[in-house]
Amino acid sequence: MQSESVGDGRKRIAEPVLRPAVPAAAPGFFTLFRTELTLAVRRRSDIVNPLLFFVTVLALMPIGIGPEPEMLSRMAAGLIWVMALLSTLLSQESLFRSDYEDGSLEQLALQSQPLYFPVLAKVLVHWLVTGVPLAVLSPLLGMMLNLGQAGYWPLLLSLVLGTASLSLIGAVGAALTVALRRPGLLLALIIMPLYVPVLIFGTGTVQAALDGYGYGPQLAILGAILAAAAALAPLAAAGAIRISLEN
Amino acid sequence: MASELSKSPVPDAQSVREQSLAVSGLACERDGRLLFEGLEFTLAPGAAVQVEGANGAGKSTLIRTLIGSASDFTGTIAWQGLAFPRGLAAMRASLLYIGHYAGVRRGLTPLENLAWYGAGQDDAMRALELVGLYGFEDVLCQQLSAGQNRRVALARLYLPDSPPLWILDEPLAALDVTGVAGLETQMNCHLRRGGSVLLTSHQPVNIAPLQRVNLADFSPRMAVEEELHRAV
Amino acid sequence: MEKWANMKLSWQWFHRLGSPRWFYQKTSAWLPWLGAAALLLLAVGCTWGLGFAPQDAKQGNSYRIIYIHVPAAFLALAGYYIMAICGAIGLIWKMKLSFVVMRAAAPIGAVLTFVALLTGAVWGKPTWGTYWVWDARITSMLILLFLYLGVMALSGAFSRELSGDKASALLALVGTVNIPIIYKSVDWWFTLHQPATLKLTQASTIDPSMFYPLITMIAGFYLFYAWVLILHTRGLILQREWRTQWVRELLGQSAPAAKA
Repeated sequence: MQSESVGDGRKRIAEPVLRPAVPAAAPGFFTLFRTELTLAVRRRSDIVNPLLFFVTVLALMPIGIGPEPEMLSRMAAGLIWVMALLSTLLSQESLFRSDYEDGSLEQLALQSQPLYFPVLAKVLVHWLVTGVPLAVLSPLLGMMLNLGQAGYWPLLLSLVLGTASLSLIGAVGAALTVALRRPGLLLALIIMPLYVPVLIFGTGTVQAALDGYGYGPQLAILGAILAAAAALAPLAAAGAIRISLEN
Repeated sequence: MASELSKSPVPDAQSVREQSLAVSGLACERDGRLLFEGLEFTLAPGAAVQVEGANGAGKSTLIRTLIGSASDFTGTIAWQGLAFPRGLAAMRASLLYIGHYAGVRRGLTPLENLAWYGAGQDDAMRALELVGLYGFEDVLCQQLSAGQNRRVALARLYLPDSPPLWILDEPLAALDVTGVAGLETQMNCHLRRGGSVLLTSHQPVNIAPLQRVNLADFSPRMAVEEELHRAV
Repeated sequence: MEKWANMKLSWQWFHRLGSPRWFYQKTSAWLPWLGAAALLLLAVGCTWGLGFAPQDAKQGNSYRIIYIHVPAAFLALAGYYIMAICGAIGLIWKMKLSFVVMRAAAPIGAVLTFVALLTGAVWGKPTWGTYWVWDARITSMLILLFLYLGVMALSGAFSRELSGDKASALLALVGTVNIPIIYKSVDWWFTLHQPATLKLTQASTIDPSMFYPLITMIAGFYLFYAWVLILHTRGLILQREWRTQWVRELLGQSAPAAKA
């Protein structure tokens, strides 16, 4: 069989044997992750658009509220965090959409392995292509909004941890609304209230640093929220996917 | 190759019963409307069932119930003598399902798509060749036509070590004449080696032995949910 | 085999318990009594609290709004848990009735949350000099209102009723897990930004003469909640099952009875 070259295709091959009834070899976590990453890199606009949105709206802020440096510096952390929240949310709508529409989500649900890992792989990639670039970009925007220098690192670190939680929590909403035709606003409505703790401790981290205190506890709480979200959110999202598939 | 052929199992009476999917007294509803009731059929190894019915008769609901995506039904579905939901996991382990949405990711190439389903490089290449996609292995699926995308999905049927139970929702849709003929040949091969096929189709399918199940024969007498409750 | 039959029997019983029809018929008899008891308690509590309880030394008469505010805020939160628990029962045991109760509980809870917010604002004007303050309690209440609205919006978004049921039940459960975290973090956020000044409720320092009418009002609100929830559930049941024989019979029978 192995010696047969691919080119001489007209030859009939042997009828393959039936597989014994063992659970289908489900794709492993690494395969899932690599596939998702490939897909994400090929849909480059999905990576670039949330970032552009983030930067554009933040650039509008000084125009809206006035260019006074003191006012901007007081609002900078909050503005950046709220915008990070919005751009994560907007990019999340498409998290499961194409998989739902082309049927591959249904194929995944048929496999013997729980949906936890596929969801986790998807969210991990989503975070890598939206949350992380956003966090990396944030000190630059902090500078433009006159954020104190003491806030740069806390802002970046809190965004790295926080956007991971946002991606995880948002995945539940994305899974709940994937069967709906136009879920955009509904997704925001159901997920925004759940973002509140992340927002509070995210801005709290930066605020503590600016006030001259240590920001370790706030980061630790963000980490705890992330740990809880990583354990629970994929489970909820997996349940939501099964509900959506039944629709 | 000859050695592999000799290894293929010859179904005996015992395995016929064990491998079969048995549906009896099945009633499904959707949104409080009873679609069909008292549905009976058995799908034995080496046999095929074609589910027919008008649009909205419940073909898709039946398929989704059989693969366990929809869990609202009364009556029994049993795989190898084990009723759902307990038999579901074993059934899924022996299942190859191609749905109305074929499960082909448009951002991947045909080769990558098959790899995602666990196919090795050589097997995938051979399968793609057999469905007439030779030369398209590395083209993104979003650049292929609807019929070609369907063929990518159907290439899974040509992979070695196929699961015994095929459930195919409208497999002939979007296929041209040669595509239909090729698929029928492959399904006949599968039946001869002891596999079983359940498919929905609006057009006649040239495979044997084929049992036709028309959902119109099982349409409910009384279209009220009360009936379903009484059936519980 | 026999064991299996027994299991089937109990399963049947469970389904009857969960059958909307059974619920509708069982609640018909004692529903008016529940309503009467609720209204009576509310009337007593209102007259007592608004008319006879003493004035507050610092706040004068404006404190009396707690007789509405506190019970409404209590039930707003409890209502969310009731909704989520009903959703969980529906998801786990596939009980249709449970989903109906969940759907019925959502708007009632939202209205109660809104009442709590409104009375809080009305109380804030004479106390703080402004209708809206970003106080920890008020902020948490506002987020609770958003959580309710989210569940309601999601349950209405699906064309297929059962999917809407399940999806909103799951969302309610996710919200339940999050509510304590949200409340804690909002508390933390509030203490960070401004020290606590006047709290709307200080149960520890409240005088018994003010407290007993409050207890009466809380009990009255609970009964009222139960009454309205059952009424709304019955309405939804009729709406959902209008095609079934028993609803048709019910409507057909009640028409001549009303004439007589």
